[in-house]
Parts: sequence; C-alpha cells; structure tokens
Amino acid sequence: MSAPLRRVFVSRDAYRSRRLKDAARLLPVLGAALFGLPLLWRGEETARVGTAGTLLFIFAVWAGLILGAFLIARRFARAEAGAEAAGPGRPGPAPGGD
Amino acid sequence: MVSLNLLAAICLGYVVFLFAVAFAAERAAAAGRTAWLRSPWVYTLSLSIYCTAWTFYGAVGYAARSGLEFLTIYLGPTLVMVGWWWGLNRLVHIGRTQRITSIADLISSRYGKSNLLAAAVTVLAVVGTTPYIALQLQSVTLAVAAFAQTDPAAPAPAAPSVTATWVAVGLAVFTVIFGTRNLDANERHHGVVMAIAVEAVVKLFALLAVGAFVVWGLAGGAGGIVERIQASPELAAWRIDGARWAGLTFLAAAAFLCLPRMFQVMVVELEDERHLRTASWAFPLYVFLISLFVVPIAVVGLEALPAGANPDLFVLTVPLAFGQEALALLAFLGGFSAATSMVIVAAIALSTMVSNHIVMPIWLRLGRGGATVSGDVRHVVLLARRLSIAGVVFLGYLYYRLSGGGAALAAIGLIAFAGIVQVLPAMIGGLFWRGATRMGALAGIAAGFALWLYTLFLPSFGPDVVLPAALMAEGPFGIAWLRPYGLFGIEGLDPLIHSVLWSLSINTVLFLAVSLASFPGPLERLQGAQFVSALGAPGGARSWQGGAVQSEDLMMMAQRILGPAEAQALFRREAARQGLDGYLPEATPEFLDALERELAGSIGAAAAHAMIAQMAGGTEVSVQDLLAVADETAQMMEYSARLEAQQAELTRTARQLRAANEKLTQLSVQKDAFLSQISHELRTPMTSIRAFSEILRDMGEDGAQDGGEDGAQDGAQDGAQDGAAQARYAGIIHDEAIRLTRLLDDLLDLSVLENGQVSLNIRDGTLGDVIDHAVATAAAGGERPALTVRRDPASERVPLSTDLDRLSQVFINLVSNVRKYCEAEAPELTIRTGVAGGWVTVDFIDNGRGIPTDQQELVFEKFARIGEQGAGGAGLGLAICREIMARLGGTIAYLPGQGGAAFRVRLPAAVALAAQ
Repeated sequence: MSAPLRRVFVSRDAYRSRRLKDAARLLPVLGAALFGLPLLWRGEETARVGTAGTLLFIFAVWAGLILGAFLIARRFARAEAGAEAAGPGRPGPAPGGD
Repeated sequence: MVSLNLLAAICLGYVVFLFAVAFAAERAAAAGRTAWLRSPWVYTLSLSIYCTAWTFYGAVGYAARSGLEFLTIYLGPTLVMVGWWWGLNRLVHIGRTQRITSIADLISSRYGKSNLLAAAVTVLAVVGTTPYIALQLQSVTLAVAAFAQTDPAAPAPAAPSVTATWVAVGLAVFTVIFGTRNLDANERHHGVVMAIAVEAVVKLFALLAVGAFVVWGLAGGAGGIVERIQASPELAAWRIDGARWAGLTFLAAAAFLCLPRMFQVMVVELEDERHLRTASWAFPLYVFLISLFVVPIAVVGLEALPAGANPDLFVLTVPLAFGQEALALLAFLGGFSAATSMVIVAAIALSTMVSNHIVMPIWLRLGRGGATVSGDVRHVVLLARRLSIAGVVFLGYLYYRLSGGGAALAAIGLIAFAGIVQVLPAMIGGLFWRGATRMGALAGIAAGFALWLYTLFLPSFGPDVVLPAALMAEGPFGIAWLRPYGLFGIEGLDPLIHSVLWSLSINTVLFLAVSLASFPGPLERLQGAQFVSALGAPGGARSWQGGAVQSEDLMMMAQRILGPAEAQALFRREAARQGLDGYLPEATPEFLDALERELAGSIGAAAAHAMIAQMAGGTEVSVQDLLAVADETAQMMEYSARLEAQQAELTRTARQLRAANEKLTQLSVQKDAFLSQISHELRTPMTSIRAFSEILRDMGEDGAQDGGEDGAQDGAQDGAQDGAAQARYAGIIHDEAIRLTRLLDDLLDLSVLENGQVSLNIRDGTLGDVIDHAVATAAAGGERPALTVRRDPASERVPLSTDLDRLSQVFINLVSNVRKYCEAEAPELTIRTGVAGGWVTVDFIDNGRGIPTDQQELVFEKFARIGEQGAGGAGLGLAICREIMARLGGTIAYLPGQGGAAFRVRLPAAVALAAQ
C-alpha cells in the first residue's frame, strides 16, 4: 500500500482482520519460546522435574498451540464467510493474502 | 502365531485395498465427484506422509536412546504449520499460480527458469531422499523379520533381502500405475492422495491402539505410566543438549518445507488454498497424537523386553511379547502404511523432477524434441517418469543393500534432512528477496551440498567405507582443521549440528554474497518480481513477444505434450478469448505465457520455457528489448507530450482566430453601418442643396420669361422679392454646404487620427487658457439659452506642454455638446480640474439628464447619437475626441454618477510637468 493510500482509521472488520493476522504470526513465536523453556531447567530443578514433567509440559504447550491455531483458523473462516455474505462483488480475504 | 505366509497375504490384501481406494478415487475424480476428494481433511491427512516408518518405528527407538529429543522432529513442523501466515501461504499461492511441479521447479522457475539450477536441486533431492527410501525398505524388512522370529517354520536367513526386493518392486508398480496416469501435475493424483490419506488413518490408528494397550493394558493408566517413566533408568533423567534441541527443531521445520515429498503433497496436490487453514491446526494435532504414546511404548519396551532387543521395533515387539498378535498385525500394517506412502509420494516427486529437469532437457538437446516434429511427446515424458520411479526406488534398494541396514533409523533420517535443507536459503530468499540471483542460489546450494557430503553424509558410512579412517581422524593431508567432524577447529559439537551449522551458514553467506555481487538476467528479474510480489497481481510481467511463431506449430507441440483433446480445448478457449473462431488463436505474448504455464504444469518451467523458446525463436525478451521498450515508451510519452503542447497551441490559435473573425465580422458590420450612415449624413444636406438649387434655377427661368412678356416694371418688383428669396435660398445652400464640408472635415480628421498620421504641434500653455478658449468658442453664437459655466480658475493654473489646439478641440466639443444636448432649463456646466497620481484630470459636468448606463459605452462610437434630439451633429465629435486623447497620451471617459452627463479628460502629468 502506498503512503497516500494508507489510512489511519480502518473499519472495525478490517482492523480485527489485521490483528488476526498478527495473532497468526505471533503464535509460532510464542510456541517456539515455550518449547525452548525446558532448556533453562537445569541443576537440581532438572532432577525434580524430570522427563515425565517435561513431557507433560511440552504436550500441554503443544495442545495449547493447536487450540490457538484452531481458534485463529475458525476466525479466518468466519471473517471470510462474513465477507462473502456481505457482498458477492467484494472479494473475501485472499486465502494466502497479506 | 502369525505365519509369514499369512503376513504376506495380509500385506497383499492391504495393497489390493489401497489399489481399490486409489482406483475409486480416480474414477470419482474423472466423474467430477470431487467434493469429498477435495476436503481439507484429505489434505491434512496427506500431509502426514511426513510421518514415515521412521516416525512409526524409529521414534520409539529414538526415545529409548535419547529421551525426549525425538519430539523436536514434530515440534519443528508444528511451528511451521501454526505459523503458516509467515510464508507458507505465499509458498502455496506461488506454487499454484505458477503451476509449480516440484521444489526443483520452484527454485528453477524463480531464478529465471534455469535448468542448471533445477538439475542441481534434483540431484540434491535424489541424493537426500535415497537413504530415506532405503530406510522405509529396511523398516518393512525388520518388521517382517520380527514376525519371522516368532514363526519357527520360517526360513529366517534368506528373508531380509527377499522381503526388501518384493516390497521395492510392489511399491514401484503401485507408484507407476497411480503416479503417472496423467501428465499434468496440476490435475493432481487423486488416487494416490486418497490412498495415502487412508494410510495416514491406518498408521495413526495403529499407533494409538498400541499406545492405548501399553498405557491402559500394561502400565495401569496415565498415573502408572508417569511413575514408570520416572522410574526408568534410561529415561528418567532430563538430559537434553540445548544445541541439539534447538538445532533439530529448526532442522525439522526446514526439512518440512524442503522435502520433495512434502512439497508434493503440500503445494502440488493442494486443491484449495483455504485447506491450509484447516491443516494449520489439524496437522499439528495429527503429529501430537502420533507422538503421544511414543515415550510410554519406549518405557514399557525397555522394561519388558530383554536388553538386546532393537528399540526401533518396540511398536511391534511389545504387543508380540504380550501375545497380542492382532494388535501386532495392526501395528505392522501401520508401519507398512507409513513406509509405502512415503516411498510412493517420494518416488512421484523425484520422478517428476528427474524427468522434467534431467531427462527432458537432454532429450530436447538431442534434437529429437525438435518442437516442430509431429508425434506424441507425452509417451516420452511418461516413460521418463516411469523409469525415474523405478530408478529412484531401485536406488533406495541399492542403498539399503549396500549400507547393510545397520545404522539406526533415526540417524539416517536426520542425515537426509540435513541434506535437503540446503535448498532452504535459496527458497526463502527467492520468495522474499528480489535481489536473490541464480548465481547466488547456485553457489549457495553447491557449497552447502558439498559441505554436507563431506561433513555428514560420507562419514556416516563409518571410517574406511567411503572416507579413509585417517582422513576422518586427522583431516586431509594431516590438516587438522579440515577434519569432517571438526571443521575449522570447532570440536566437541554433535556431528549433525556441526554439519548443519557449517553447511547452512556457508550456504546462506555465499547465497547472499554472490546474489549481491551478481547481476540477474531479464527473465530472472521478471520471475523474481512475480514471486516476491506474488500476492499482489499474478502474471503481470510478460516474457514473450508474439508474432514470430505460427499458432499451428504451437498447436502441434502442445498436442504432443498435453494430448490432443486438452490442447485443442486450451487453444479453442484462448481463441474464443481473443474473439476468434476455430482453434488457432493469435500467438500473442499473453497466449504464449498462458501456454507456457500450461506446459510447465506437465514438464516443468524450465523445459516448457525451452520448448517455447525453440518455437518462438529469438523472440524471448532480452535486456536490450526491455530497454528498447522502455525507450519506446519514453519516446511515446515525449511525443504525446509534444502533441499535447501542439494541440494546446492550436486551440489557442483557433481561439484567437475565432476572436479575430468575430472582430472582422463586427468591423464589416461597422463598415456597412458606417457607409450607410455616411451616405445618409451626406444625403440630407445634399437633398436640401439640390432642392434649393432647383428652386433657384426655376426662379431664373421664370424671370426670363416674365421679363420677355410683361415688361420691366413687374420685373423690378418681382426682382426685389426674388432677390430676397434667392439670398435666403443661397444662404441655405451655403449653410448646407458648410455642414457638408464640416462633416467631410470631421471624417477626414477622424481618418487621419485613426491611421495615426496626425502630426502633433506641441506648444506650452496653461490649462486655464485652453479652457477659456474652448468656452469662448463654444459659447459664441447660438440660439439656445445662455450656458452658465462654473470654473475654479485657481486650480486651472496647470502648465501644459501638448498640442494645445487639439486639446482645445476636445474641450470645445465637450462644451458645445452641453450646449446642444443639456435639456435643463438653466443649463450649467461645471469644469473641475485636478492633479492626482501622475494625471491631470478635467471633468465636464452638466446638470442635464445624463446618459443612460447602457449607452455610456456607445457615445464614443462613430455616428453614435443619443436619443432623437434635433441637434444636427454627425455623431463624430466624441469619436474624434477619443482619438485625439489617445494621440495625446491621455483618455476621455464618461464619468457616471455626477448628477448629469459628465466626461473626464485625463492627461498624463508628465506632459503637464514638462512645461514647468
């Protein structure tokens, strides 16, 4: 988008859709950070947490990520359905669009 | 007890079932019933070929050996899928719009459809995938062997190689049948995708079943299994190397994007880009479930089985050890599914690459691909593909036989990963950076590939197999810092991480540096722009110039590659779009581009480009052409700017002409009016002169007759009467002649003034004197009531240096106008003079009715007379005044709003001051 066309205030739908994309981008960053967390458990902590604890932690994070991705995907689908319902002439958010 | 024969029968039955599924899917697709084939769930399940036999068997072995590290292999792809918005969407979109057939095609297409690059990536992919295929064969063989141990009747020693051979042959046949049915990769392999989706369900179900059995059947539920994990001597301690944890996660994520088979299912077989959205959470869920029971199975296996047991086979051997043969069979089928689906898709992907980027270019170069030769090329492409499939599977088989099936499954898988991710920098760079060039990609991939071979692949066979032990221990020629496992003096690092670190970083650095230093070709730049801005406008740039190629030749070639029916449909569609009847559209650049893209779907971008180039001759765009086009555009723009300027000038001229024409017309009307006016003015005195002169003549004739008849006395009396009348008539004639002369004088005067031929007689004097003279002259004679003139003699002492006679002529005219036209009972004339702003002004204001507003402009025109007052001017006085004032450098104007008629005469003060 060129500078003259950049708008400061966009409609509520457009704003939400942009934040949704932001969320979709941030989710894997959060996941990577959490998956890296067990590396910081060292020394005596390690002995206490152990493999089982780590395993449970990772699977919990994993399940959280899946849930997050599911919610985001559902929001995308709804936004698209809403856009299609709003007007057939108006293109919905491109499936791979940015 | 499961006999080997039963096992073989079950396998065969399973394969027949897969055949049926694939066949049904193909039939459904052919019939157009593709709704359920195109569901996002099928897509997600087809992605699960990421989980091969390596996952199915190897993950448990991996967990048993290295604890939780196996998770990294699934965490990486999870992050990629969850983060699809970072670039996966773009990759998929480009793959679809550019009709990409493989990862080699993607790289080649991005970097100017370079076949060299495509061939390089193909070689890399084949080398990287071969061990993986060997791994699948090995896993099936090991699984069969595990069953064989429980079957005392089996001829154990000969089994492994025989099993591997049969599996390899069977897979090759299946792949050939369903993988090369249709040529256009964009039509997709519905049958294969459906089959691998079914296999994905089977392997997930099998693994979950075994896991459930282990957790709830053996370990006593979730709590029990946690206790066992904590109690396990091998697994209880958390012993993860941070570098490996992070490195392997990254490696798995990268490989997920770069593996040829993943690219095949993720990009090429994708039906709808929206499916990616569903897969973004469903695929992580799938691998989550796949790895859920890995650790429990490993723990229980380590506990329950003897120390020497192969942990890679725990999935099979644990149920077998507990007498669960049906479960073991299910597990075997799961492993079989995992192995076969991987081999099938990998073989399809690799065969596409090999036939498009290695066989076809050679065949084209040999000249038999001469595009104008008739005949079907499709059989050549299909044959190449079938042979490639057989070749790829055979290579895997060969690798399996040569390596002896010794190394642990997971190790082979990781080595293959490290090889294939060398494509990553070129791929990511190509998608996001327009500056990435072919030379950069080539340099990066070549360096990375070489380093991977040297630091990981070749040493992985063990000392003295490929690389001499001495070289591995001390480096080539004794140079220690060149040792494969200790490059540039970095030691103590895990060999895999060491290799990935060096190969990928040098790969990336070279890719960036060479890209920065080199200059891309025109096609490369066009493609680069299309890829990087892919989400904007698809196919903006054109790479062909039409014209030189005959549509008929194109048709011939397209038929040979796409098949007659499809080619004809395509050509007809294009012709219709161009508004033509029949099958032959014009060979426009747009059409050539569309055709090339269509062909690229069958034989890859580079080959398609080469074929069109062959047909279209040298009409491919070169830098010179681009520059020429740019130049032409600039010229056009300049030309059009010039045209615009000319047009503006023409418009201006036309406007001026129109104005001039209007003026001329007015002048002509004025001239006509002037002529009629002047003839009228001349006619009036002439008529009276003629009439009176006729009377005089008649009187003369009468007198002569009377004198002759009546004698002299009558004559004297009559003569006195006649004499008075004659004198009166002669007076009238004289007056009229004077009036006529005055009119002619005025006309002459005006004409002289208008033509600028007047010579001014400049003298010095004062304004007061000039006004005195004018008032005295104008007041002289006349039957009108006496005119009162109000003056301010003091202000009139303004010295002048001008043509005083002419100026007084103006003043006389104005004063006598008042005398003539002022209808006031006691006419009054006020003469005011003033000096202001470099001008001397003299106002003549009377107390009459003034001049109506609409006629104020007209009074200065020739023959303009206001109303029907009787005074007999010709209407030239004010016109002459205006001309005189113009000659003297001043103006005369009507001064409205003074109560009566008012005229203001202005003289430049310079003229006045010059006299001082």
